[in-house]
Amino acid sequence: MKQLLVFIRKEFYHVFRDRRTLLIMFGLPIVQIVLFGFALSSEVKNIRLVVADYAKDQESRELIQKVMTSEYLIVEQVNADYGQLADAFRKGEVKGALIIPANFGADWVHLDRAPLQLITDGSDPNISKTIVQYLTAIITDFQQQRIATSGPLIPIQTQIRMLYNEEQNGSLNFIPGVMALILMIVCTALTSVSIVKEKEMGTMEVLLVSPFKPVWVLVAKAIPYLILSLVNFTLILVLSVTVLDIQIRGSILLLYFESTLFIITCLSLGLLISNVTHSQQTALLISLMGMMLPTLIFTGFLMPLENMPKVFQIIAHIIPSRWYYIIIKSVMLKGLGLQYVWKETLVLIAMSSILLMVALKNFKVRL
Amino acid sequence: MHMDQDQVIVCTDLTKRFGSFIAVNKITFDVKKGEIFGFLGANGAGKTTAMRILCGLSFPTAGEALVAGFDVYKQQELIKKNIGYMSQKFSLYENLTIMENIEFFGGVYGLSRKEIKERGNNLLVKLGLQQEAKKMVGELPLGWKQKLAFSVAIFHQPAIVFLDEPTGGVDPVTRRQFWDMIYEAAASGITVFVTTHYMDEAEYCHRISMMVDGKIEALDSPANLKEKYQAASMDEVFYQLARGAKRGEG
Repeated sequence: MKQLLVFIRKEFYHVFRDRRTLLIMFGLPIVQIVLFGFALSSEVKNIRLVVADYAKDQESRELIQKVMTSEYLIVEQVNADYGQLADAFRKGEVKGALIIPANFGADWVHLDRAPLQLITDGSDPNISKTIVQYLTAIITDFQQQRIATSGPLIPIQTQIRMLYNEEQNGSLNFIPGVMALILMIVCTALTSVSIVKEKEMGTMEVLLVSPFKPVWVLVAKAIPYLILSLVNFTLILVLSVTVLDIQIRGSILLLYFESTLFIITCLSLGLLISNVTHSQQTALLISLMGMMLPTLIFTGFLMPLENMPKVFQIIAHIIPSRWYYIIIKSVMLKGLGLQYVWKETLVLIAMSSILLMVALKNFKVRL
Repeated sequence: MHMDQDQVIVCTDLTKRFGSFIAVNKITFDVKKGEIFGFLGANGAGKTTAMRILCGLSFPTAGEALVAGFDVYKQQELIKKNIGYMSQKFSLYENLTIMENIEFFGGVYGLSRKEIKERGNNLLVKLGLQQEAKKMVGELPLGWKQKLAFSVAIFHQPAIVFLDEPTGGVDPVTRRQFWDMIYEAAASGITVFVTTHYMDEAEYCHRISMMVDGKIEALDSPANLKEKYQAASMDEVFYQLARGAKRGEG
């Protein structure tokens, strides 16, 4: 037991004296949170829309007024002809243009039919679609208001609610994914590298010849990284709450329990990698390429799993982070208890026990 | 199996087979207390395999061996407690200070904090490294690292210390100083079991065993061996013996 403590202290020395390890350990979560939270927001904001009003009557002014109140669009009124507009699109200066033809108000009142033209930059389908959706909504609303003030009431009005995310906070979905990603990278990569490093340096031989039991070498390696990963997890939680305004709805205790479980899974994976590699570079490459990519793709936080081919959906089942992602989403964002995530928890327990057993069995006592 | 008072390693017909390949073929020898025993042989002769068995890292296929009085089949843990080990790869932690390395390895061998402190300070004085105690080992010159590694290997006062090509890549002057330390350790009663490819180092050993293709072809003092093979140096003895080897590298 005393020997184990001596060993663990040594591991902490290693971590705190290696600037690269520290950077990966604590720099990565901060960068990832900021990146995913702010830069990679999937919603479209601040789109520049120009309005060319050829009618200049009461109706057109009211419509423009309504469009301008939208917080997603930056509306600019211009006096431009088609040629100038086409030019602006070509240069990419505008993403959308609303053209109100002359006689808009008169047509509205007399013909019951008032054409409008909306042009968007189709080379950017995402933004195009968003503009069309926003404006369709605004114009429908405008239409209803006009009819309501003058004619019969519109009986059906749809009210939409986004459950669990009423404010449509885009970073909400990313946080559990980022958690899985960071823990995966930190635990797997750092553990495997730290063991392989001992092999490379020759210190592993000395340890194996010492009375210190080989299995305890693995335990002593895993414990510091487990502790550091939990600190890391806390850092991510605090950042999510303070910087990204995310509410933690479920039990914190359950979150920590599930995260510890996931960390153990990742550590076992790291140990496994260190068993089959002999250089730090290989270990790092396998952990980064072999773990990060599947985590990004198969967890479902960047792309919905439901849209993937059946084969990919089946593969996703063996990716630990996928289960952890479901658990964290349910507990943290939906406030659900263990009774809703016990199946996923069992999967993680099974995965970590299998990985750990294979890792321990394969750990070679070799000079 | 019997072990005399003055013996620390006794091997009888020790054999290790990997499938049909016989890495170590019925070797029989003994090493005496306080002796500097040179374990020589070309690459692939089976030295490492034999040494792994003696260090308690693998089991022999047949034959018997006692190390420090303990059986290589049943008492590996006790063997490990009573030996020290140093390899050709430099085996201390570079980003730990000298004192932290001493504390770590002392702790791994189960020494008490008080013992570590006392012996550690004595060691620093002996090596003249008091000023450098808080320096990272990585900052020391290679020669110093090697000496420190040896001192750490015998820090827990083992019965035997195994040195696997300990002076690889070190200049002749440092090598000489290193051998002074080996002599000192041997004089204090620690048996030194050393492998080397440097034949001038072989001359420093009390007795030498020469392994060729898994067997011990010769075992005697350097002087006797030179006389027997009518050679001027150990180099020639080695050449004459290793020439007959059928196994190559690896």
